[in-house]
Amino acid sequence: MNSKQGRQALYSIEHVRYLRRIRVRRRIIVLLQIMLLISAFAIWEAAADYGWINQFITSKPSRAWTAVVNLFNRGELWRHLGYTIGETCLGFSVGTMAGIIVAAMLWWSDFISKILDPYIVILNSVPKVALGPIFIVWLGTGLKAVVAMAIATSVIVTIMVVHNGFKNIDPNKIKLMHTFGATRLQIFTKVVIPASIPTMIAALKVSVGLSLVGTIVGEFLGSKAGLGYLIVYGGQIFNMSLVMAAVIMLSIVSALLYYIVVLLERKVVKYNH
Amino acid sequence: MAKLLINNVSLKYHTIEDEIEALREFNLKVTAEEFIGIVGPSGCGKSTLLSLIAGLIKPTTGSIILDGTPISGTTQKIGYMLQQDYLFEWRTILDNALLGLEVMHRKTPDSIARVKQMLKDYGLSGFENSYPHQLSGGMRQRVALIRTLATEPDLLLLDEPFSALDYQTRLAVGEDVCRILCQHRKTVIMVTHDIAEAISMADRVIVMTPRPGRVKSEHVIDFGPEYSHGSPLKRRESPKFREYFAAIWKELNSNEQ
Repeated sequence: MNSKQGRQALYSIEHVRYLRRIRVRRRIIVLLQIMLLISAFAIWEAAADYGWINQFITSKPSRAWTAVVNLFNRGELWRHLGYTIGETCLGFSVGTMAGIIVAAMLWWSDFISKILDPYIVILNSVPKVALGPIFIVWLGTGLKAVVAMAIATSVIVTIMVVHNGFKNIDPNKIKLMHTFGATRLQIFTKVVIPASIPTMIAALKVSVGLSLVGTIVGEFLGSKAGLGYLIVYGGQIFNMSLVMAAVIMLSIVSALLYYIVVLLERKVVKYNH
Repeated sequence: MAKLLINNVSLKYHTIEDEIEALREFNLKVTAEEFIGIVGPSGCGKSTLLSLIAGLIKPTTGSIILDGTPISGTTQKIGYMLQQDYLFEWRTILDNALLGLEVMHRKTPDSIARVKQMLKDYGLSGFENSYPHQLSGGMRQRVALIRTLATEPDLLLLDEPFSALDYQTRLAVGEDVCRILCQHRKTVIMVTHDIAEAISMADRVIVMTPRPGRVKSEHVIDFGPEYSHGSPLKRRESPKFREYFAAIWKELNSNEQ
């Protein structure tokens, strides 16, 4: 802090003004972002109170909040949140690891990669939701089927993005390794993996969202806990406050998970200032 | 005994559309501690020749003999410097310089100390823990040279090693590299499209024909004793420099027709 102030003292007045302008602008943007959210909720609340919209089908923020408090009082809030977050994280980790391992195999053998290529493209375009009933028959309703669903939605994209990253490494970097007589394993661990870290993070950003989609769909199809379960259950008993509360919590969860990946990125990609 | 013997080497590349003859019956004899410059029109197989010597590809016919034994695959006796530095941006400068030793499982406290000393000697002290993007082009190229020299090869292959640098830096780095290589008494084969660069650095300049490449002519470069192991910049000022340049230029241009 001190050094910053010390350095600032050296700047010209114009530069200090310029910095201040940027800082003010940034604050106004954050302020407006928060206000936008608050006013959306306020208008929703008011519209419901004044009868412009039908509370029965739209609910309103204060009642959604009450629904959250009720869940908390009944001791169910953490269970539902825990299930959704846990299933997503499990599906995400397994899907990512499996995806990277498969991508590595495809990189290792161009021949296998060529053979599997059309199947991967088809698997990628199949809506994974369609597999839900199969997982339920195979694994029963509950955690296992939901995690399977989360893996299925995220793994193919991970394979494709990571394999693409592996393939797009500068061939001269690999040639350089060859000039030192490097083995294929050395090339993989010393060039391919570190050079692909930015690509892998990009894949994580996509797949964390997809895992959450898979988890929610899995919970829709057959589960006794989780935000997806709450949404379907609330819809069935026409408790829209519960549905809205679950959707809002889901938004927060998805933002949090994405943010964790961004934090990871900042930690790992330090050379890429 | 010759350090390196290239005997009737031919090489054909195959693609689905075509077959390309890159080299045809190429012959060259290199004695120890000699600095060979190879010039030729673009696409004449200069880089292919270096890949063959480095053992990265095998000749279709002919043989390449290093210190009396035929080359089959890469060997630690040969150091290869590519057109660009290709430093790994996720590794520090020291770790980049140690890459070759690491791959060869020769990273020991001794070799690390030696590489650190080289970084110091070549004006890179204080940058051991920096990352490549923090260095200038000339500094990066010096790190690439240290990375190559660290494995202690006795034959060095340079593939247009300065082509990625701007002219000013290019002259300066050429000067450094020449001094370093002379000091280490290495045998060097440098491929370049820059005639002046070849004359200013080499003991002998080989002119290649267009594809399929073969030796068109040889020019022994001798600036006299006061220039031996001298600086490339100084050589460029010698009156003989222009004569060599004119002769090689003519050779290359008669290729074009």
